[in-house]
Amino acid sequence: MQDSVQSADLEGIAKEVRKSIIKMTFEAKSGHPGGSLSATEILTYLYFKELNIDPSNPNWPERDRFVLSKGHATPALYSVLALRGFFNPDLLHGFRRINSLLQGHAVNHVPGVDITAGSLGQGLSNAIGLALAARIDKLSYRVFAMIGDGESDEGSIWEAALSASHLKLSNLIVFLDRNMIQLDGFTEEILSLGDLEDKFRAFGWSAITINGHSFEEIRKALEWAKSAQGPKMIVARTIKGKGVKFMENNPEYHGKPAPSEEKMLEALKDIEGM
Amino acid sequence: MKSSRELNWLPDLINKVERKSVREAYGNTLVSVGSDKSVVVLDADLSTSTHTSMFQKKYPDRFFNAGISENNMMGVASGLSWTGKKVFVSSFAIFATGRAYDFVRQSVCYADSDVRIVATHAGLTVGEDGATHQMLEDIGLMSGLPRMRVLVPADAMETEQIVRYVYENRGPFYVRLSREKTPVVHDSETFKFGRAETIVDGDDITIIATGILVSAAKIAASFLKSRGITARVLNMATIKPIDKESIIKAAKETGKILTAEEHSIYNGLGSRVSEVVAESYPVRVDRLGTNDIFGESGKSWELMDKYGLNPMGIVNKVDEMLKVTE
Repeated sequence: MQDSVQSADLEGIAKEVRKSIIKMTFEAKSGHPGGSLSATEILTYLYFKELNIDPSNPNWPERDRFVLSKGHATPALYSVLALRGFFNPDLLHGFRRINSLLQGHAVNHVPGVDITAGSLGQGLSNAIGLALAARIDKLSYRVFAMIGDGESDEGSIWEAALSASHLKLSNLIVFLDRNMIQLDGFTEEILSLGDLEDKFRAFGWSAITINGHSFEEIRKALEWAKSAQGPKMIVARTIKGKGVKFMENNPEYHGKPAPSEEKMLEALKDIEGM
Repeated sequence: MKSSRELNWLPDLINKVERKSVREAYGNTLVSVGSDKSVVVLDADLSTSTHTSMFQKKYPDRFFNAGISENNMMGVASGLSWTGKKVFVSSFAIFATGRAYDFVRQSVCYADSDVRIVATHAGLTVGEDGATHQMLEDIGLMSGLPRMRVLVPADAMETEQIVRYVYENRGPFYVRLSREKTPVVHDSETFKFGRAETIVDGDDITIIATGILVSAAKIAASFLKSRGITARVLNMATIKPIDKESIIKAAKETGKILTAEEHSIYNGLGSRVSEVVAESYPVRVDRLGTNDIFGESGKSWELMDKYGLNPMGIVNKVDEMLKVTE
């Protein structure tokens, strides 16, 4: 664990992650920048401050786990893993390309990726399995996961919600990236999700809502998670495309990279000026 | 010589053959391999039907009832496996493979998880519950998945062997079991992964059967022999990877092949055998199975008779095939 990273450093790392997201999706001419930019602070905080992990020993059995259930946010995850030292950042150039390690959606043969994900609504169940194993093996590791709000349209998310609460999995801490946008448009126009904090609480979880772009609020939420009962849901209000003006709150950039070199440079400039 | 009427399961044949429960064989074997602390078992509110409840009684800390949520169950199974658990997942074949297909594809097979799906209540012999619960497409669904190995034991003894085999080897596996007590085929342990077993040798035709129809093929062969036809009977307990060598050998040596399965003629044993034969040594292949239909309510063996999945059905097909070429 890197307790020494200061919040000023976190801001700097998050900027690097964002620039990497823009560059790798531009280079691949493919990928999901919007939901990667909305998840950036959370992933940065987890990997640089919170998770008990060792990049030189990625399969260490007692490590904390992280499951990216919204598996299309790989530009954020891969960038964070590379910056954290799990693999050579040069590999990011191969993102989504043939014969490369970095598949469009996360695969667990990538160092640092605990769970293969991509088909929405499955990662939360996978995370429950990891958390349950800790109980069976009497190990103290924690399991973190991130699900999307659009992903929460899937019925299996609610099967998993029942299951985690039934099993009283207090070592399961889940972030819900509440960026209000899914592929076809705004979540509340496509399939109303309403108050997700309330919904998860009704399913037996401890739940809070935070600003998912504030490192301080993420820190406090994780502090809260240490004493809250059962599985923990942290609904993180975020902005899809955060940091890039033309992508912010724009459904068009759910799954589309910067369309031109000019726009890519504009995006990088926006991020630099954040 | 038997009359052909005696080749239907009902009213008498089914009571003349010794039958044993493959589900009980599964439960017993689970308990036996459960002494290994890495074994974890999941079920979706059907544990008393699948007999995983036997494991639960012995090892309650390593048994989890997911409730009626097969998708979540498959996902949890995958997560457990990535901590070194040897995971068994059970439900009815319809739910384990149909309802949960995308989870089996992504979380089990694509993720390369160490998970064994052992499904019961496959096929028409579910009986009275009818079409909604009679899975006739599962071999196809599971065989199409990269990494998945598909196994169908013929009887209780072979079930024990196969369950031990999938315990000892890394998943993913799909094991297909019946609800009904199935006729006993084996008096000794003969299962070899990926290998067809010769139940009866013969030269005139080969009957390749799987699961509950292996006994039917054996009975049919004995009847045919009384009429001077020697039929080779192969038990194809491993559907994937399929034993190409034995199929090609049968094509070369007997010239005709009939497949028999309690499954759709599409995408099951018959399709796999036809592919191998068409690619390597084309001879006539006929398929006995369900012909693009859903099942219906009824007593198990009544249904098997109605749809011709009995020794009589096999004999009729053989007659038809031998007549055509004479």
